[in-house]
Amino acid sequence: MGAIGEGLRRVLELDRELWHIVALSLEVSLSAVVIATALGLPLGAVLAVKRFPGRRTIIVLLNALMGLPPVVVGLLIYLLLSRAGPLGELGLLFTPGAMIIAQSVLVLPIIAALARQALEDAWREYEEQLRSLGAREFAAAVTLIWDARFSLVTAVLAGLGRAAAEVGAVMIVGGNIDGVTRVMTTAIALETSKGDLPLALGLGFVLITLVLLLNAAAQLVKETAERRFG
Amino acid sequence: MAASILPLVLENVGYAPRGEPLIAGVSLEIAAGPSTIILGANGAGKSVLMRLMHGLLPPSSGRVRWSESDAASLRRRQAMVFQRPVMLRRSALANVIYAMKLANIRAGERESQALAALDEVGLRHLAHRPARVLSGGEQQRLALARAWALHPEVLFLDEPTANLDPAAVREIERIIKAFDAAGTKIVMATHNLGQARRLGDEVIYLQAGRVMERAPIASFFARPATAEAAAFMKGELPWV
Amino acid sequence: MGLIRIALLAFAFAGAAQAQDKFITVASTTSTEQSGLFKHLLPIFEKKSGIQVRVVAVGTGQALDIGRRGDADVLLVHAKPLEEKFIAEGYGVKRQDVMYNDFVLIGPKSDRARVAGTRDVVAAFRKVKDAQAPFVSRGDRSGTHFAELEIWKLAGIDIAKEKGPWYRDTGQGMGPALNTAAAMNAYILSDRGTWLSFKNRGELAVAVEGDRRLFNQYGVMLVNPARHPHVKVAMGQAFIDWLLSTEGQQAIGDYKINGQQLFFPNAGS
Repeated sequence: MGAIGEGLRRVLELDRELWHIVALSLEVSLSAVVIATALGLPLGAVLAVKRFPGRRTIIVLLNALMGLPPVVVGLLIYLLLSRAGPLGELGLLFTPGAMIIAQSVLVLPIIAALARQALEDAWREYEEQLRSLGAREFAAAVTLIWDARFSLVTAVLAGLGRAAAEVGAVMIVGGNIDGVTRVMTTAIALETSKGDLPLALGLGFVLITLVLLLNAAAQLVKETAERRFG
Repeated sequence: MAASILPLVLENVGYAPRGEPLIAGVSLEIAAGPSTIILGANGAGKSVLMRLMHGLLPPSSGRVRWSESDAASLRRRQAMVFQRPVMLRRSALANVIYAMKLANIRAGERESQALAALDEVGLRHLAHRPARVLSGGEQQRLALARAWALHPEVLFLDEPTANLDPAAVREIERIIKAFDAAGTKIVMATHNLGQARRLGDEVIYLQAGRVMERAPIASFFARPATAEAAAFMKGELPWV
Repeated sequence: MGLIRIALLAFAFAGAAQAQDKFITVASTTSTEQSGLFKHLLPIFEKKSGIQVRVVAVGTGQALDIGRRGDADVLLVHAKPLEEKFIAEGYGVKRQDVMYNDFVLIGPKSDRARVAGTRDVVAAFRKVKDAQAPFVSRGDRSGTHFAELEIWKLAGIDIAKEKGPWYRDTGQGMGPALNTAAAMNAYILSDRGTWLSFKNRGELAVAVEGDRRLFNQYGVMLVNPARHPHVKVAMGQAFIDWLLSTEGQQAIGDYKINGQQLFFPNAGS
């Protein structure tokens, strides 16, 4: 218990450095979630509503990819973005851009798979009525997404949790460069490896608090909206 | 005034999604005018037949033919009310407007016509309430308002009052009669003989997926032509 | 694929926009970064030159791999044979001495192998093996790991064949390996810098130090632009020149932990 207290004290001493680390963590993970949602929601909707050959294989694959080890994703993106790799000219390795890409890849299957499940359940309820009213596939999918928005928020939060918590991917593609690509999780890993456990604990506490606050805010928004729309 | 989409003709329609036929050898012509009741016990295939007619299910054999070939136009001129109403997570008014948007009704006219439809079913005062918090009876009335706003030529109803209390049933039946009076063709599935009598002009009796009998309502109830129909009536009204 | 490239280019611009363009990437080792040297050294260089130095700190093996791939401009590591191989294979331009620090053999105060206070590290390793005292190895192809293997070789021990359960190959960085050694009360070879900054000591203390064979030479290399045309030659060379200059060497010598100098500048020697 005392270790946490000491850790928090040390954390507060960092101020500017800590602020930069927290801001970068939020920037990377939130950006990744935005991208993964923009791509994953439509993917989940298509899988929920359309029937086509290979659909079941894709669903199984997507569910399996939810468990992609972050460090493996990091390694693969690293090989892609390295100067020796196919996308080397973009010069993205060891930048926040690479971290966002890696986390987007990591989070996309989670959002798509959970969205697919929520939307498939919703489609079961709405399909006949929407088809009866003449909604064609694209319009029906959009209506479905909007109506299922509360369950979808949970899917997005699951993705955000995964992004904020992982260290393997951002460590490899970001390089944990002081002041440039150091985020909360890589900072914790670094302090632990230096043997400075109280500081690592303190940073961990800040990270958990951050994620808790984000979830609480989302819950508040959900409840207010639910009261309005039923 | 555009040409009517009726008559609806079913030519030897069958539906057997998993081998076992749920509907078999149904040949019918549904013409404009009389309110048609699809009568039958639970499991007779009434719901399946309704969905085949409305176009929600494709027939396994035979043809379902309307007088209109344009699919979009066809869709707009029929409406269906299901046993359990399905409402979107928005206000009652917004639900009606949603249907009107899909039917390509002009934006400027939507709100006023939607409010008129809500008026017709007695839900004007709940226009801005979230639709999903309304009672079962209110939601079913909302479903009818949603259909009313489209001014459909044909209204399909699949056991619309099966889950409602008597007061709500009375309200729903009043609205259905209003549709009829406004010129909408009514096709309703029910196993409730009293309701059939109150709302119908002709009866199509369905058993085990086959049409057993078709007759004007009065003669059907006075003297059913088939033994199956007679047995059904007895089962529904054991004191007869 | 075209669409993906466009999206990624957008990223590249976003990334570049927020960062300055005037920076170099230096691949170095975890032990060097964790010693705190860069936090002391880089602000001096950055203020003087306006060039931001971005250090990616990984194990020596990975640092050299980064250099081979062209993902860094400059390499600063401490594994001379591997560095010379790097140059010979054409991945780097020139290898130059910068500074040295030393390794120390850390051990538990209980000292089962009876080596504390001695000066012969090779003999000490033999005693550890004979006593079958727990020994933690980094096992991660790092400079420290290679130094450890070198000493086993000098002791005439083929450690790969002769190791027993007392020898723990962890595959970890210096800090985590020290944590493991502290938990197990084991012997471990560490660079002095990491040891001085290490807080979780438990029962451990310095057992053997000062043996010449424990000196750890650092070399700096520019990644070969002939191999990787995008390498920032001018800025990279400016950094190298500064490290080797009187001012840079002075800054290296000035770095102290608890009053103790960690790195001994020896450019041009």
